[in-house]
Amino acid sequence: MMHIQKSLQFTAFAMALGFSVTAAAAADLVIGMQQEPTSLDPTSDATASIDGMMTQNVYESLTIVSENGEVGPNLATAWDVSEDGLTYTFTLTDAAQFHDGTAFDSEDVLFSFNRAMAEDSVNPSKGIFKPIENVTAPDARTVQIKLKNKDAFFLFNMGQGDSAIVASESVDTNNATPVGTGPFKFDSWTRGDRLTLVKNPDHRDAASVALDKVTYRFISDPAAATAAMMAEELDAFPGFPAPELLEQFEADPRFRVNLGSTEGEVILAMNNAKPPFDNIEVRRAVSTAINRDEIIDGAMYGKATPIGSFYPPHGKAYVDLTGAYPTDTAKAKEMFEAAGVAGSTMTLRVPPFPYATRSAEIIQAQLADAGIDAKVENVEWGFWIDEIYKKQNYDMTIIAHTSPNDMGNFARGPKYFYGYDDPKMTALWENISTEADADKRDMLLKEGQQYLSDQAVHGFLFQLPLLGVFRTEVKGYWSSAPVLYTPLKGVSKG
Amino acid sequence: MSYFLLRRTIGFLATLIAVSIVVFAVMNVLPGDPALTILGLDATDDALAALREDLGLNDPLLTRYFAWVSGALVGDLGISHSFRVPVSELIAERLPMTISLAVAGMIVTLVIALSVGIYAASHHGKAGDWATMFLSQLGIAVPAFWLSILLVLLFAVKLRWLPPGGFAGWSDPVAAIRSLILPTVALALVQSAVLARVTRSSALEVMRQDFTRTARASGLSQRRILWRHVLPNALVPIVTIVGMQFAALVTGTIVIENVFYLPGLGRLIFQSIANRDLPTVQALVMLFAVIVVTANFIVDLLYVLIDPRLKART
Repeated sequence: MMHIQKSLQFTAFAMALGFSVTAAAAADLVIGMQQEPTSLDPTSDATASIDGMMTQNVYESLTIVSENGEVGPNLATAWDVSEDGLTYTFTLTDAAQFHDGTAFDSEDVLFSFNRAMAEDSVNPSKGIFKPIENVTAPDARTVQIKLKNKDAFFLFNMGQGDSAIVASESVDTNNATPVGTGPFKFDSWTRGDRLTLVKNPDHRDAASVALDKVTYRFISDPAAATAAMMAEELDAFPGFPAPELLEQFEADPRFRVNLGSTEGEVILAMNNAKPPFDNIEVRRAVSTAINRDEIIDGAMYGKATPIGSFYPPHGKAYVDLTGAYPTDTAKAKEMFEAAGVAGSTMTLRVPPFPYATRSAEIIQAQLADAGIDAKVENVEWGFWIDEIYKKQNYDMTIIAHTSPNDMGNFARGPKYFYGYDDPKMTALWENISTEADADKRDMLLKEGQQYLSDQAVHGFLFQLPLLGVFRTEVKGYWSSAPVLYTPLKGVSKG
Repeated sequence: MSYFLLRRTIGFLATLIAVSIVVFAVMNVLPGDPALTILGLDATDDALAALREDLGLNDPLLTRYFAWVSGALVGDLGISHSFRVPVSELIAERLPMTISLAVAGMIVTLVIALSVGIYAASHHGKAGDWATMFLSQLGIAVPAFWLSILLVLLFAVKLRWLPPGGFAGWSDPVAAIRSLILPTVALALVQSAVLARVTRSSALEVMRQDFTRTARASGLSQRRILWRHVLPNALVPIVTIVGMQFAALVTGTIVIENVFYLPGLGRLIFQSIANRDLPTVQALVMLFAVIVVTANFIVDLLYVLIDPRLKART
């Protein structure tokens, strides 16, 4: 009797264990991340990995942007735009509440916006709140936002992490223990090692959340990242740091390699405010001297899409302008001679990112063939921000611009580090950013791409790819990144 | 003895003050704006100014230096710019990892180096000596990060015996020890190669001396001679190297912690430099300097304990 009982107990125990193991294994996702954030509050820190983990998972915003870049409802279930395009009336969901149990209503929206717009606000994208005249809450379920001027990207921007809705009760501790309304709750954070989120069973859309638990592991070294994937320590590495190491995953049936697109345009920036690049002919000569295919092969192991202007190839308004300046070293040489700069020396100051340092060496060789001596200087990120970005102390540099809808950079005038000042482009952007009709806006965006290519403002190189490695059983993960976040709702394993 | 102690203590303190000045100066002269690094390239001037004020970056340099030093003396290392929590809290979180790694590395180093070194010395000129010295030469030449990658490929990816990295803390001791094995070996192999050579030559030196010959003549066994007479007398140069090695082990964790993604001080310093987190970098560089200088100080004191002849000389 005793014996039977024991074995029964043992079987029950083993079954319980077996069940719990399989159940846990199916709904637990371990994600590798290269960059660890230092704060978990997207409304006060620009680090992209905060958005990657927190935005639209732990925090939610009024709207949400989908994988193909379309704006949809979220905390705001519907909205109404006034005739003049200046007043937005949002209807809020009544089924949301914060993870600490406090209620969600229009007061929280007011609080979040007033905090972001305040004089002493440290919101990294304070600029997206600039068009706002005021925010009011007629009742608990309604928020009205009045704009000073029309803003075509307003609803898109309302879906970003910078405009996440936070509560006054928890905002002070969001740095380390984030509290939002999202489908996942913050669980724990061991700095330097891992961060864990768990499913929020009380979320209004909990039924479409397949994962019970998500663990982010922070691994910055590419070789270590590869080993961790290979040892099956991780289920996914959505932003895999090394294109040169992808081949072994492509050859392995356990894994799926994803080559997605991002909003990151990689450019060979030229200082338009300074000779010789204030001369359009010199800029055109540079565009003629460079060979994008060689750069992509050498710097990205062939894994990137070439661009001929400043717009992502996955975008609806994209125009392929990669043929605008066909590579012709002899012609470039003549152009440099005609402009009187042949044989001159200039600096190419590169920040410490692999895509930039590798591209720089290839561009240096291509320019040398065309008779220009480019001195490559590898600089630290802090130095880059100070000397190049802030003081415009450079001839050429290589950098990726990762924000969505950022053609407006060319309308920021001579104070922006491009040193580009062109009333025509400024006026064009003014039209783009206030055009509410999507089709008309796309036409204008196409015009903008044409114009920037024609002006050869920079050497336009390639779109930064989103290289991801996933175990085959992981499904539903975004393959492209129109925004900085990737929702985990809709992701499943097994 | 007291004069010796006093002199060493003054030297010790002077070094620390000099280091603190250099660390502070270097960190604050380097280009790069912490506020801009935190807020990103799209930050407005208002937001930058607000954050700079918040971080205390507008105070004069000298004020900031004295505030830092006087705070550090009472254990207040400031608030981390990027994590927004006290630096002392960050260090306390990470210290167990780095100390576990350095201590484990030291123990493994001592065990390997002393046995290999004594073995080589007692087989002087024979094949065993030649083979172990060849291996230690190889060990000195191999970079730690490369060795780490090889270890991971073999034991974590291929054989699946040990985890490829990470450390979840001591709450699960078995898991903790398992995840410490590979980094410890990677850290210790290079160090023990160095120490084994020192042990060997030091032991050989002693073996040539009269008292060893006397011991041998009086019929003591080889093993007894080695461990009772040779090793204790060979210790002075070994202790010197061990002191320096402990410092090297602590700083060596910077590389190892990044390859094995371990949440220790080495990884923290890496991350803080990238984030322009001045208070954290300052505190960590200072901490590493204190460890190195203290290790040397202790070595000096140990000399006297091991070999009283040195006291007379100093």
